[in-house]
Amino acid sequence: MPLEFKLNPSAQRKNTIDFLKAGLYKVSPLGYYGEFGGAFIPEMLYPNVEELAEKYLDIIQDDGFQKEFQSLLHDYVGRPTPLYPAKRLSEKYKAHIYLKREDLNHTGAHKINNTVGQILLAKRLGKTRIIAETGAGQHGVATATVCALMNLPCVVYMGEVDMQRQAPNVARMRMLGAEVRPAMSGSKTLKDATNEAIRDWINNPSDTHYIIGSVVGPYPYPDMVARFQSVISEEMRKQLIEKEGNELPDYVIACVGGGSNAAGSFYHFLNNDEVKLIAVEAAGEGVASGHTAATTVVGKIGIIHGSKTMLMQTEDGQIEEAYSISAGLDYPGVGPLHAHLFKTGRAQYLNATDEEALQAALELTRLEGIIPALESAHALAKLKDIAFKPDDVVVVCLSGRGDKDMETYIKRLEI
Amino acid sequence: MNRINHLFQQKGKDILNIYYTAGFPQLNDTLTILENLQQSGADMVEIGIPFSDSLADGPVIQESNQQALKNGMSLHLLFHQLKDFRNVIHIPVILMGSLNPVLQFGMENFLIACKNTGVDGVILPDLPVSEYENNYRQIFESAGVHCIFLITPETSEERLQKIDDLSTGFIYAVSSSSTTGKEKDIQKQSAYFQRLGNEKLKNPVLVGFGIKDKNTFEAACQYTNGAVIGTAFIKALQAAGDIENNIHQFVNGII
Ligand SMILES: Cc1ncc(COP(=O)(O)O)c(C=O)c1O
Repeated sequence: MPLEFKLNPSAQRKNTIDFLKAGLYKVSPLGYYGEFGGAFIPEMLYPNVEELAEKYLDIIQDDGFQKEFQSLLHDYVGRPTPLYPAKRLSEKYKAHIYLKREDLNHTGAHKINNTVGQILLAKRLGKTRIIAETGAGQHGVATATVCALMNLPCVVYMGEVDMQRQAPNVARMRMLGAEVRPAMSGSKTLKDATNEAIRDWINNPSDTHYIIGSVVGPYPYPDMVARFQSVISEEMRKQLIEKEGNELPDYVIACVGGGSNAAGSFYHFLNNDEVKLIAVEAAGEGVASGHTAATTVVGKIGIIHGSKTMLMQTEDGQIEEAYSISAGLDYPGVGPLHAHLFKTGRAQYLNATDEEALQAALELTRLEGIIPALESAHALAKLKDIAFKPDDVVVVCLSGRGDKDMETYIKRLEI
Repeated sequence: MNRINHLFQQKGKDILNIYYTAGFPQLNDTLTILENLQQSGADMVEIGIPFSDSLADGPVIQESNQQALKNGMSLHLLFHQLKDFRNVIHIPVILMGSLNPVLQFGMENFLIACKNTGVDGVILPDLPVSEYENNYRQIFESAGVHCIFLITPETSEERLQKIDDLSTGFIYAVSSSSTTGKEKDIQKQSAYFQRLGNEKLKNPVLVGFGIKDKNTFEAACQYTNGAVIGTAFIKALQAAGDIENNIHQFVNGII
């Protein structure tokens, strides 16, 4: 099936403002990418989600919004992030390997691109209270950060299990003034934190904006978050012209939890079929082990968090618990755009085990002096599996830094 | 005639509809509870299809879902338990649950199974009205199974009219935006019930979410056709003592 979405003819533009305006990837009026997406929400959420769907494009395409968004990305987040030519990594894998340094963003991951966008949107919607879910804690920290900046109260739901795994991020959120509420239901990880955030929103529909952390959830979230994250690939194109004289690489590689750093990394290449897009899911202990988060391998189409997409579920349609060593990747679904890219074959979905990710993290640390987040290490882990040609230009999205994972690295790598 | 329509024709007022979760507290309680509800005078029953991640439910119903799943409940098993229930049950029975288990079962298979066992209606809170209209309306209608939609105080007038047009059984009014089992201000609820009473809808209205005892039930019945009780009944099922006794006591405390 060909990609349904066509490049807007006016898309040859030079900055985010114009890219956002161009709206490269048209999602259908009911929020579908092919057969995936939609807004499967109870009536209680309908007014909120409808308000968002009706207003989000007008708001984010507004010049005043864009001005504020761009200046915060530049002055506060520290964008553009470098596109670093990784010399020793390139020597090892015999290709031109670049790292898109999202780890150098304020708060240490790509997540803040989205939270800056959504907090500005929430203010324009007149919302006075912010809620969010978090897995690794990176999105929670990024949300708590922009709430401190904008002086808005913030409640972050986090699985009880994840609160233990990612204790430093819990402390950061609290220091930033956010209330961290443990999600105690189900598997006590990201999917349960997301359930709790949605339930909070149902109970507080008028004053609260829910800042979802990935390209998941009911329409318009998947499209909105992809637009905010698309700054990643927009910068890649410009930086590749400077570095390689060609804005199109041969490969873009990114890890996928819900899929926001991958969606942002792929966004402006989606219509350039010559660019191979590689998404890397967490295999956990192996795709057949029963302890995995490789949704496109073991999942089926269904409904999770208001979206029709690929998800891990039982025969009976119960959502299964995902497992990965990395708390940011153990989500039992993928965003609907990814389900569509998978189904159409526009992107290729690979996976990396816990062990491969750990080794890739150590390798990057020793070759380039960069300690990556465990999530990002899954993307790096696939460099060894792809047969590059010596001239291939390869961009890996280094979605975050490894500070939050030190405890795991110390334990598992016996450092 | 569908039993739901028949009930509203026979008894337009003070309809008591009780919700409980299939396979809870014990796997094989589903039918026992249904029989006791009918005996004790409930007008209609909603049986919950357990789901791991129900978004619209508060902690009490969530936990009953988890327990039911732990007990081994599934949609296949539920239809098996309901195979011959029409030999003893004459009141309307509705299945309520999240969309995903139904989609995995297959919407068409699900509706055929509803029809064959004698289930009169279905509530799928996360099935959007537009999806129903575009993709499922016909198979519901040909199975003769009602799709029941939720409304809230924030549902716009235009949307309310559309839901009224699409509805064939009754409309399920949630008294304020919330998950199930929240404490609510009865005064504020009453104003909404009154507003609904004045809407001149073609379908009857039952109120749910936050109805828990005689007081709240009567407040709801004053302006609408009746009410649904869920969380409070699940708590009664969990209480110490004989489950059949608890059911009769609970219903007798309401009507
Ligand atoms: C550093 C990092 N990378 C990736 C992810 C995965 O999320 P997504 O797939 O939305 O990019 C997370 C999530 O917490 C993260 O913290």
